[in-house]
Amino acid sequence: MIQFHNVFKRYPGGHEALADVTLQLGNGQMAFLTGHSGAGKSTLLKLISLIERPTRGQVLLDGVNIGNLSRRRIPYMRRKIGVIFQDHRLLFDRTVYDNVALPLIIAGYRHQEIGKRVRAALDKVGLLKKERVYPITLSGGEQQRIGIARAVVNKPPLLLADEPTGNLDPVLSLEIMQLFEEFNQVGVSVLIATHDLERIANMPYGVFNLRDGRLISNTVPAQEDSDHVA
Amino acid sequence: MSPDKPHKRGGRRMDRPPAHSRFKAYFVHHLRSLIASLGNLYRHPFSNLMTILVIGIALALPAGLYLALDNARSISSNWDGATQISLFTKLTTSNEQAREMADRIRLYAEIGQVSVLTREQSRDEFQKLAGYGEALDALKENPLPAVLIITPTDAHAHPDAARRLIQKLQQLPQTDIVQLDLEWVKRLFAIMDIAQRSILVVASLLAMAVLLVVGNTIRLDIQNRRDEIIITKQIGGTDAFIRRPFLYNGFWYGLFGGLIALLLVGSSVAWLRGPVENLSLLYQSGYSLRSLDLRSTATLLLIGTALGLGGSWLSVGRHLKELEPR
Ligand SMILES: Nc1ncnc2c1ncn2[C@@H]1O[C@H](COP(=O)(O)OP(=O)(O)O)[C@@H](O)[C@H]1O
Ligand SMILES: [Mg+2]
Repeated sequence: MIQFHNVFKRYPGGHEALADVTLQLGNGQMAFLTGHSGAGKSTLLKLISLIERPTRGQVLLDGVNIGNLSRRRIPYMRRKIGVIFQDHRLLFDRTVYDNVALPLIIAGYRHQEIGKRVRAALDKVGLLKKERVYPITLSGGEQQRIGIARAVVNKPPLLLADEPTGNLDPVLSLEIMQLFEEFNQVGVSVLIATHDLERIANMPYGVFNLRDGRLISNTVPAQEDSDHVA
Repeated sequence: MSPDKPHKRGGRRMDRPPAHSRFKAYFVHHLRSLIASLGNLYRHPFSNLMTILVIGIALALPAGLYLALDNARSISSNWDGATQISLFTKLTTSNEQAREMADRIRLYAEIGQVSVLTREQSRDEFQKLAGYGEALDALKENPLPAVLIITPTDAHAHPDAARRLIQKLQQLPQTDIVQLDLEWVKRLFAIMDIAQRSILVVASLLAMAVLLVVGNTIRLDIQNRRDEIIITKQIGGTDAFIRRPFLYNGFWYGLFGGLIALLLVGSSVAWLRGPVENLSLLYQSGYSLRSLDLRSTATLLLIGTALGLGGSWLSVGRHLKELEPR
């Protein structure tokens, strides 16, 4: 699903956020990305979701080198990735329903189909009853779950989450993590950035650990020829 | 992710809607964006009204000038007095002969009116006009001929018909010179030509102003919706998708601006119509002020809409690139 080959990322200011990172995440695998604040976790996720481009090295998504993808093709590639942000990034002037429907409208789905899928996604995150309200009236945990519903409504094969539980209390964090596990169980690849080492210590998933932009440990089991597993 | 159906393992292929349904969805989306952008205008009535008014005034000015020119043209073409022919007889022609000649010419189908200036009258006119009083007094003989002032019928007032009439008059034995007094008409047309060009210049400048006003409004709109644009890009919105609502906003600005311009021009015409009719009654002309016809109305709306769309296109093209999530 995801492959990094000797990837470097240097920001315009000259700061090297990632240095010589090589890793891979197979189809259907779930893993955590950890490291201190400023270690380069968000940068790594931004490279995958085509928000930033690598300075050197290759980033492959589904076997496609996305480092030199043309501007025209970027939107279509992004639709294969569901991204969940710590700050949710919801549109506050639109209802929950409209927020979750956005990826489907962008992809050009039919009206009825959109309705079905949005409700299925909201049902999955337990917010079906809130479809008509505006996100501002919801709690942080609920907003995060809307963000998740929006990320998965398009059934992308890959989910990325950047500190999805950063602002949530332990009970809510656990619920969110369970949601990710459920998506992973139906075949979605999941990569979650977090600095909360305690929470993931006893979870049965591999961990990429970054320090100052370098990958210092990697317990994610390598998948043989991961692109052909699907 | 649908909760009941297991996802295709690895999810390599993306479930995309079939082509025909995407096609239909495309149109539905267009229609919805169009209406949504209308709702958007409605949500910020004050600033949008300002924009629309500015566009309306900018469009109304050249439209009004154009209309004024159009009216001037139609008045001048209605003028019967526009064409007058002066026939100078030979010096050997007496006043009496000139009068007889006038009676004969009056019978031509092309002729409306003929009046005669006797040799003495010619002399008086010339003295008055040119101040050659003493010079003429010095001469014993009157050097000026009798002159027939000929007005063709309306049907023969057109320069081409008048020219043919002149040739005919030139053949008469007692004719010395025939002159068509078109000079002032020509001058009027030259002035109108200049006026038309000036209007074109003013119109181009104001069109540019409309582009800038729309562009600036759209730019502010883009700034206000920055987060939305970035989020939309992030989840796979194409540039075309993001551009669309802004283009529709521009469309509405232009269309409503055009309507305002129509309203301004229309009410100005209504306001002027009474006085103009009074004036033309005094001249016994029955002339009535013309308003914009269907074609000009359509053109005005079309230009307004095109400028609105163009302005937003330029603005969106420039500012969307700056919002590429980076
Ligand atoms: N847009 C940027 N421009 C310049 N430097 C950046 C930018 N984004 C992040 N950085 C720097 O890159 C390093 C890694 O940042 P980040 O990937 O956000 O780390 P993390 O998510 O692990 O906290 C930090 O030192 C940060 O200051
Ligand atoms: Mg971060």
